[in-house]
Amino acid sequence: MEALLEILKGLHPEVDFETCDTLVDDKILDSFDIITIITEINTEYDVAVPAEEIIPENFNSAEALYDLVERLQDED
Amino acid sequence: MLFTSYSFILFLTVMFLLYYAVPKKCQWMLLLAGSYCFYAYSGIHFLAFILLTTVSTWYSARRITRIQEQQAAYLKEHKASLDKEQKKRYKASMKKKTKRWMLACILLNIGLLAVLKYTDFVISNINGIFHTGLTFMNFALPMGISFYTFQSMGYLLDVYRAKYPAQENAAKFALFVSFFPQVIQGPISRYNDLSGTLYEPHSLEWRNISYGIQRICWGFFKKLVIADRLLVAVKSLVSTPDEYMGVYVVLVILFYAIELYADFTGGIDITIGIAQVFGVKLAENFERPFFSKNITEYWRRWHITMGTWFKDYIFYPISVCPWMLRLSKKSREVFGKAIGKRVPVYLATAIVWFTTGLWHGASWNFIVWGMLNFLVIVISQELEPLYAKFHNRFHVSGKTWYNAFQILRTFWLMGAIRILDVYRDVPLSFRQVGSIFTTANWNELFNGGVMRLGLTMPDYLVLVLGALVMLAVSLAGRSGSVRDKLAAKPVPVRYLVYYVLILSMLVLGAYGIGYDSSQFIYNQF
Repeated sequence: MEALLEILKGLHPEVDFETCDTLVDDKILDSFDIITIITEINTEYDVAVPAEEIIPENFNSAEALYDLVERLQDED
Repeated sequence: MLFTSYSFILFLTVMFLLYYAVPKKCQWMLLLAGSYCFYAYSGIHFLAFILLTTVSTWYSARRITRIQEQQAAYLKEHKASLDKEQKKRYKASMKKKTKRWMLACILLNIGLLAVLKYTDFVISNINGIFHTGLTFMNFALPMGISFYTFQSMGYLLDVYRAKYPAQENAAKFALFVSFFPQVIQGPISRYNDLSGTLYEPHSLEWRNISYGIQRICWGFFKKLVIADRLLVAVKSLVSTPDEYMGVYVVLVILFYAIELYADFTGGIDITIGIAQVFGVKLAENFERPFFSKNITEYWRRWHITMGTWFKDYIFYPISVCPWMLRLSKKSREVFGKAIGKRVPVYLATAIVWFTTGLWHGASWNFIVWGMLNFLVIVISQELEPLYAKFHNRFHVSGKTWYNAFQILRTFWLMGAIRILDVYRDVPLSFRQVGSIFTTANWNELFNGGVMRLGLTMPDYLVLVLGALVMLAVSLAGRSGSVRDKLAAKPVPVRYLVYYVLILSMLVLGAYGIGYDSSQFIYNQF
């Protein structure tokens, strides 16, 4: 989780990613940010996030994103 | 059959009367029959194309769902006996099968669209480069092919991604593809958003009828009073470009921006209004785009359903596909982290804008238009840290005058790029924009130059008033539905507004309802 928070803070240092759960709904993360996060996750966790998983529910909070990474790691 | 023609109004009236007269369970069948009659009116042979897309997509999607169901059943049955590796291998083999159906269907339909739409463009380029004399094919383009193909492919990809199961009933799926109000110029609907409201029975509800008709009238007002009037001036300005340079190009930018807005949003208002009369809810396609403060925001608010289509089905899949991730890793190694992480985003954005340009039309004008959009987006993205520093240093963020500056900057920048739509080729478009800075003829604005464009002083007056009304409605719409606000007004006020709207549409419409010659700009895409 620490590594993921660092990736997110690198994009938007002003956002409190530990509490915010409306990252996509409030347009804090745009499509450019989402792709950057996915490529960083790929490097950090060696997990490929498929296009069908790019839905607001998976990117609205750091926690949801971490759950996604864990789920994809498990499927691998 | 244009929305603004008498034949369409007659067709719509008959459909409306029948829709609420037939048993409710047959309403969707009537919509299907009506949609196919409407489509056949554009040329009976064109039915073959929409039928091919419908049948191929419906069948492929069904096969994909069957395979997914087989997979779920097999995994459930052998849950205990399969280890993780076996399950993974089995899933991969099934995924390969669904992928084959998905790719075959996309290839067929996008291939058909490409052949019909782009063959002559390719031939003209070959002739130009190699000085050959290949003859043009002059394929007639089936009505709305770009829209219904994209809508169908969106459905297929959603089924492939197991977002929802395929529609079993071919006739119901045929209605989703051909629903007559939206088949010509969108919005590009998503199956999961539209299907419920499209197939369910609808009772005659006064609110739907009243709100739907209000929206239709508002669309007619924008199209007939504003767009068709401005079309006259824009045509004059671009047909003899040598005569109209400098300040006249500023007028082209301004007039075409308002014309396109009134034309396209007017068309969509009519579409959504018609659907509402039948109790069907369509997705909104605009969110006050001319109030956008930057280009990214503009594209989130203009032609929303096309933008989200490209994002979900082209931008994301390309950005996260295995070769792109490998390229990103490689770029990080070679150029460092900062540049490496930009590679997938910018490459996918370039592909999206190239495709968006091509989707709009088979010409270099549209391709350059798409690539200019890409360029502005990349420059804005790269300048973002600089903007942030500027905003922090001078505390201008949120200030009214600075917001106005950002809105005007976006409006004129997008307008300047957009004129590639209207001039005959790319060099001419650039020359015309350049002439704004090199031709000092601003005085012509005040010595009768604008009166030579085919519009009279009363026309300009109507345009100014019409644009102000559009602006006022847009501003009122920021805090909720304008029709809800109107409904809350006393009866005399409400009916006065309806009366003025209908009367102005009939009296001030450039040529009046029933005039057939000016089709909606987006019909040609």
